[in-house]
Amino acid sequence: MPQFDPSTFASQLFWLFVMFVALYWIVSKIAVPRIGEVLEQRARVIQDDLDRATQLKAETDAAVAAYDKAMAEARAQAYEHMRVMQAEMKAVADKRTADVAAQVTKQIGEAEARIGVAKQAALDSIKGVAAETARDVVAKLSGLSPDAGAVEQAVAAALKEAR
Amino acid sequence: MAAEGHSPMEQFKIEPLIPIHIGGTDISYSNSALFMTFAVIATALLFWGATRHRTMVPGRLQATAEMLYEFVAGMVKENTGVEGMKYFPFVFTLFMFILFGNIFGLMPYGFTFTSHIIVTAAMAVFIFVCVTIIGFARHGLHFFSLFVPPGAPLGIAIVLAPLELFSYLIRPVSMSLRLFANMLAGHVLLKVLAGFIISLGVVFGVVPFLAVFGVTLLEIMVAVIQAYVFALLTCIYLNDAIHLH
Repeated sequence: MPQFDPSTFASQLFWLFVMFVALYWIVSKIAVPRIGEVLEQRARVIQDDLDRATQLKAETDAAVAAYDKAMAEARAQAYEHMRVMQAEMKAVADKRTADVAAQVTKQIGEAEARIGVAKQAALDSIKGVAAETARDVVAKLSGLSPDAGAVEQAVAAALKEAR
Repeated sequence: MAAEGHSPMEQFKIEPLIPIHIGGTDISYSNSALFMTFAVIATALLFWGATRHRTMVPGRLQATAEMLYEFVAGMVKENTGVEGMKYFPFVFTLFMFILFGNIFGLMPYGFTFTSHIIVTAAMAVFIFVCVTIIGFARHGLHFFSLFVPPGAPLGIAIVLAPLELFSYLIRPVSMSLRLFANMLAGHVLLKVLAGFIISLGVVFGVVPFLAVFGVTLLEIMVAVIQAYVFALLTCIYLNDAIHLH
């Protein structure tokens, strides 16, 4: 077996040493720092991105919360505004209703007074017309000419009875 | 010489390519040294190409290099903890060297320098010596407590301590033999089966041909696994030296 030929040992050991040291230098001075740097950089970039994403998410959440708060405030303000307006409008409407009602009541009172006066006047004129008519009827039927005062009295009594 | 050409052992022959003799010592640049050079150049090219244009989103080559890096880094961190990470470049070098050594050895006309016991033994002994030095440097004489099983009663500990010591001392032997024997056996098997293809001819040669095909796939797997096992054992031994139990 060539493996047990000691005459080759020295050269194998020598070149093993040379090559291994050379490879160790390449690996430790070039490969490991460069690859390590890339891996580290990548890990850092990923971590940075994750951090930024977390930060942005927090900002978004804050913005959403602020929006919700503003929305709720605006809604409450609008309700309040509406309530005040409604109350104001109701007061105005009530006042106007009351005014109109008072005016209408007053006008009704006046009208009623006028009606009363007209009615009295009508009644008074009826009395005269009735007395005249009664005297004419009596004169036509009996040929008598009754005393105007007596007729008027009789008509007034008759009207009072009819009432 | 003609008979030797068909020997399954022929493939392991060390052939000097550039004869160098210094003070009577033969340190010729051989086929073994050539394939070590290939392993170094391949690793260098892989990492140089992978890290030439470093990008956030890696290309194919960069992703390969990163995968190897994270695989070995994960192995070191998992087995030795954060303190072991300063030995990561060494373990990474060891892994790449053995991995490319094993894989280039499987190529036609290739030479497997890891199929030589002197190479695997040199690496295993170096690791053994380093681990022992690290152990004594970190823990002083307390490092001897590694040989006393934790929680064992005194009587049992006295019996077990020599066994533990023996298993510790045998580590470089088992480590070097494992890699050497795996590579040797695989290549001998391939050579013998391939020899059958020639001797059985075109018709019956199909059977050993398919066998060679299957064993080649198996050997690629073994090449990767043995590189992994060697690096993993290095991590486990380092962990013993750093954390004792």
